[in-house]
Amino acid sequence: MAALVELRGVVKHFPVARSLGEIVRGKRPAVRALDGVSFDVGSGDAVAIVGESGCGKTTLGRLMLKLAEPTGGSIAFDGVALGGLSGDGLRDFRRQAQLVFQNPFDALNPRFTIYRAVAEPLVNARIDKAEHKDRIEKAFRRVHLADFDRYFDKYPHQLSGGQLQRVVLARALVLAPRFLVADEPVSMLDVSVRAGILTLMREIREAMGLTAVYISHDLALVRYLCDRTLVMYLGRIVEDGPTEAIVRRPRHPYTRALVAAVPVPDADQSRIALPIKGNIPDSSEPPSGCHFRDRCPLAFARCAEEAPALREAAGGHRVACHLELA
Amino acid sequence: MAGVAETATPTVLQRIASMPLRDPFAFVGLSIYVIFALIALLADVLAPMPPLEILFTSTGKLAANLPPSLDYPFGTTNLGRDIYAQLIHGTRSALAVGLSAAIVVSSVGTVVGLVAGYFGGRIDSLLMRIADMALSLPFLPFVIVLTGFLGASTSNIVLAVALLLWPNSARVIRSQVLTVRERTYVEAARVTGASSWRILFVHVAPNILPLSFVYAAIAIGWAIITEASVSFLGFGDSESVSWGYMLQDAFSSQALSRGQYAWFVPPGICIILIVVAGFFISRGYEEVFMPRLRGR
Repeated sequence: MAALVELRGVVKHFPVARSLGEIVRGKRPAVRALDGVSFDVGSGDAVAIVGESGCGKTTLGRLMLKLAEPTGGSIAFDGVALGGLSGDGLRDFRRQAQLVFQNPFDALNPRFTIYRAVAEPLVNARIDKAEHKDRIEKAFRRVHLADFDRYFDKYPHQLSGGQLQRVVLARALVLAPRFLVADEPVSMLDVSVRAGILTLMREIREAMGLTAVYISHDLALVRYLCDRTLVMYLGRIVEDGPTEAIVRRPRHPYTRALVAAVPVPDADQSRIALPIKGNIPDSSEPPSGCHFRDRCPLAFARCAEEAPALREAAGGHRVACHLELA
Repeated sequence: MAGVAETATPTVLQRIASMPLRDPFAFVGLSIYVIFALIALLADVLAPMPPLEILFTSTGKLAANLPPSLDYPFGTTNLGRDIYAQLIHGTRSALAVGLSAAIVVSSVGTVVGLVAGYFGGRIDSLLMRIADMALSLPFLPFVIVLTGFLGASTSNIVLAVALLLWPNSARVIRSQVLTVRERTYVEAARVTGASSWRILFVHVAPNILPLSFVYAAIAIGWAIITEASVSFLGFGDSESVSWGYMLQDAFSSQALSRGQYAWFVPPGICIILIVVAGFFISRGYEEVFMPRLRGR
């Protein structure tokens, strides 16, 4: 299937404040949120990006929606490079690519009624006002807020988290986009409403044929929603493959640790416990070579010298590790 | 864009309108403003005598330094002018100076703060350095020099106050914009395709509007004090009667040493009342803006 989103060698650095010594020596320290990320998202696919806090997954999502500009590399949507978009081209892109936020309590303007919040994309896309009500009602039906009249005149603080996330989803769907990025869509919600939102998202994706990228730290969620998973560590993709294969037979030492950390109800499932040491290092000064080497129990000399490339491995995986984890 | 004004602003306006009912201080402050506003509007009815008219007694003598009486509730000045009439008419110039300065200060401060805070970078640096320069000017000397150059008129005093006070509101509003623009709903507006100006004026501005009101109320007090100070020092508008002018007149004609309290105490009390009223109102709006302050 043709790729809808293509990322090639995407780099994103955030400059940090310099000390006097660094200014004198001409150094420009930066947080390296993304350090050469390349992958494709096929049209109609559901792809997950997983990793710890600070690994760059949220930055990646923001870049794919042109909410930030990459420091290097390129991102294309439907064959058009995002870097050069402005004016009508950008407006067209905004119609097609939408975001679902982590925190629904902050994602809606507190001074906007629910109706107005969901109408905002239509206003910005310059859609005739006569069509608004119809489209908004349709979006509300899609997110199972069928009694929409009850919500239209309310303000965000009058709704519950689950309802708010449905409204946020309705806002994202009101323009009938092709591409949806969901950044930790349920992590701020009560456990009791998570399942409902997740089921809803899967249902909507299948019904509308959406291409979706889910950003999460939760492998259980990813397993439910996505066919393919990318594992990130300190700004790089360390493993890429079918979700089931990644969960069942993780190849990269980091993925193994990640999988081992997920509580599973099935005690018989085989797990390769691989303890990792310490915390995620400072992303302004990552270790040389493989970023994971100082925490990896299997690291050897070559890991410090050379960054492993993402290579094909058995089972349709791509793994960035010098070890042959067959 | 018509729908914008219909649905979002009422919440701000409603909160602003209902505030005095919830906060007793704000209620007192607003009452004082209403009373002064009525006095200013009805000045010609309340005091038909022109405030600078020189009065004579029935025997043809100058009616100078008369003690308070039924005809002249606060007595007369040493030039035979009715102090009561001056006090009533002084309300007009006080409110004119205060309100026009408040409008200029809060609108300039709001726009500068919004633009500097939202766009950041060089625009921000430039605007904030200009603000720093304005803040570094000594207050009264600047007003005196400016009125000296441009002429001692009420509008020049308003101009001077506006030039000196906008940076305070601009800075605070800028800092508030810096926090509001990081809110998720601002990013959400960008994803849905809102332009920068739309985000700034539709999504950010309504959330900082109460702060503009706080600074407007503070500016009223400052402008009136400044006008009074400048007039007291003798640099005021000689054509119009203000409370500061009355104090200066009383001071220079030794009303204080003669114990003519009815001449200089009432304008002093009026200045205090209107400045305190502005403070009370701004305090109330501060609580609307920062609900966490409520009840402390």
